[in-house]
Amino acid sequence: MLEVKDLHVTVEDKAILKGLNLTVNAGEVHAIMGPNGAGKSTLSAVIAGKDGYEVTQGTILFEGQDVLEMEIEERARAGLLLGFQYPIEIPGVKNIYLLKAALNAARAARGEGEIPAPEFMKLVREKSAQMKMDTSFLQRAVNEGFSGGEKKRNEILQMLVLQPKLAMLDEIDSGLDIDAMKVVAEGVNSLRSADRAILMVTHYQRLLNHIEPDRVHVLVDGRIAKSGDKDLALELEARGYDWVLEESVA
Amino acid sequence: MASEEMEQLVRREYKQGFVTDIESDTVPPGLDESVIAFISQKKEEPQWMLEWRLEAYRRWLDMTPPSWAHLDYPPIDYQAISYYSAPKKPEDRPQSLDEVDPKLLETYEKLGIPLHERAALAGVAVDAVFDSVSVTTTFKEKLHEAGVIFCSISEAIREYPELVRQYLGTVVPQSDNFFAALNSAVFTDGSFVYVPEGVTCPMELSTYFRINAANTGQFERTLIICDKQAQVSYLEGCTAPQRDENQLHAAVVELVALEDAYIKYSTVQNWYPGDEDGKGGIYNFVTKRGDCRGDRSRISWTQVETGSAITWKYPSCVLRGKESIGEFYSVAVTNGRQQADTGTKMIHIGENTRSTIISKGIAAGRSDQAYRGLVKIGSRAKGARNYTQCDSLLIGDQCGAHTFPYQEIGNSTATVEHEATTSKIADDQLFYCRARGIDEEDAVSMIVNGFCKDVFQELPMEFAVEAEALLNVTLEGSVG
Repeated sequence: MLEVKDLHVTVEDKAILKGLNLTVNAGEVHAIMGPNGAGKSTLSAVIAGKDGYEVTQGTILFEGQDVLEMEIEERARAGLLLGFQYPIEIPGVKNIYLLKAALNAARAARGEGEIPAPEFMKLVREKSAQMKMDTSFLQRAVNEGFSGGEKKRNEILQMLVLQPKLAMLDEIDSGLDIDAMKVVAEGVNSLRSADRAILMVTHYQRLLNHIEPDRVHVLVDGRIAKSGDKDLALELEARGYDWVLEESVA
Repeated sequence: MASEEMEQLVRREYKQGFVTDIESDTVPPGLDESVIAFISQKKEEPQWMLEWRLEAYRRWLDMTPPSWAHLDYPPIDYQAISYYSAPKKPEDRPQSLDEVDPKLLETYEKLGIPLHERAALAGVAVDAVFDSVSVTTTFKEKLHEAGVIFCSISEAIREYPELVRQYLGTVVPQSDNFFAALNSAVFTDGSFVYVPEGVTCPMELSTYFRINAANTGQFERTLIICDKQAQVSYLEGCTAPQRDENQLHAAVVELVALEDAYIKYSTVQNWYPGDEDGKGGIYNFVTKRGDCRGDRSRISWTQVETGSAITWKYPSCVLRGKESIGEFYSVAVTNGRQQADTGTKMIHIGENTRSTIISKGIAAGRSDQAYRGLVKIGSRAKGARNYTQCDSLLIGDQCGAHTFPYQEIGNSTATVEHEATTSKIADDQLFYCRARGIDEEDAVSMIVNGFCKDVFQELPMEFAVEAEALLNVTLEGSVG
């Protein structure tokens, strides 16, 4: 589904990713781990199309399409969706309005008409309940005055409504208490299916107790230094990252 | 484009100065006492009105145009302007929509203006373009039953001279400023409203419905009086882009609220802003002031300013009555080469008076705008309170926004709060929306409309919907 080959990315002339390779197939859940500054968030930002990242080499293919040739909104409509580490506040714009605009944009790209209002309301109510969010959140401005946990739940709510093919979650566990973590994890787990993939960026093993990955990758110094199954995450938790670094240098 | 050619023709004629004798309906360019006498005579005004105009004219002669505003425009030749012309004859106007600038029609379509109204707005000579005759009749009957007077200022001067004489110029004196003095000397059109004691006007009053409003005057004069415990909501302008061959507009609006009265005045201004280089756009120099004369009275200004090449406008409140309330809610949008210097004045004179200022400025393209606001608390205004919030949003990196707040506090028991922010339309907000699949232009309009929400919610419902559509059209093509 997603194929990243020999990806080199610089930010303000500083090399961040230095030849990253990654293949994610439909039905799989991947976790990217690694020390601070290794380029974990850069990877998801580049795939989503954020400004300020220069791809100097390499390719990103999503279902055979050249992602780097697509506009930001085209990527999202094609089913590549990024859940933000720090979701931004948009004063005066209702949460429900953003959801509807996003859903209709994706539908239009698929050649479908706008979703009928009753159907939309039913969908949104159901998904809000799943994320244990009161429907009053829908009428509030996007992320404005939301707590850290509420923002993260709101990100997953958007995923549940938009049903992406590849969901990228950037440190979705940061700032969550145990209860919120459970709700978020349940939301993410409900997205798991044979025709969908999930790519998680995280610092901590504890998220992976709730969302079990098929593959774990360690990102060190702009490259994937080691890949394994979920046991690798446990090993990292116990031993830290230094041994991976040493291994990869050696 | 047909209408641009038309404008050019009109201007060429002005340059040559076509000579017309006094019997005709147009005076040659230039201003002197005989021109003022001509206007007064055409309007069949009483002698006192003529003298009032002449007094204003004589004061004006000694005045100079204000130069403090953050605006840049060439000096205006006041002797090159024709100060009276009768409405265009049908044969001089476009004969059908085919003769109208297609770009203008496209905009009407985007704004969702009904077909039959588009013709009227574009100035097409069609008989009964509005089927408004019946609408207007029911409208007039309803107002008459309630005892509300709503007519043109000229009609009011003839029919209700006592009322006009009692209030005209008591809020904006003839010599208040250069443009107000000019207006006082030569005004030819405008509205008059009187709501009697205890009456809540049964409908929102709009210039749009006033007969003969089609030819909006270059120098409009509006006077609204709300008697004790009376209430009125007045809507000025419309969202459709209005073209006018008169480049200079200098209107005066006076509001008087007596005890416990409430006047809500909403404006959507969308004069022609000029072409890409700002050529041909309207210069809008307006004096708007409300006088909360009675205790517990309230005046609320809400404005959405999107048009004009130059806007110079400060709707203000004089809070004379005890516990009176003044409000100013404003959205000003500039794009292309537009310039706007706008804001408000809140003059607290009475005890426990309160005022609120919410100003939202949006600058795009190569435009420039300034918020200029004065909060003045007089020595007797015990317990006066003001809250000011003014936010600016910049789109792109070639525009500018400036804030000039002035405070004069003469009483130590007053509370004055001021908050101001300037932000570039956040790349992060834009990215967030686009990463949800929303295209850039829709995302900008979403963010900008959200930014303006506090003001839009003060507008009457219908106006608010139109204002949002208008905002989108105005900012079209401002990104990317």
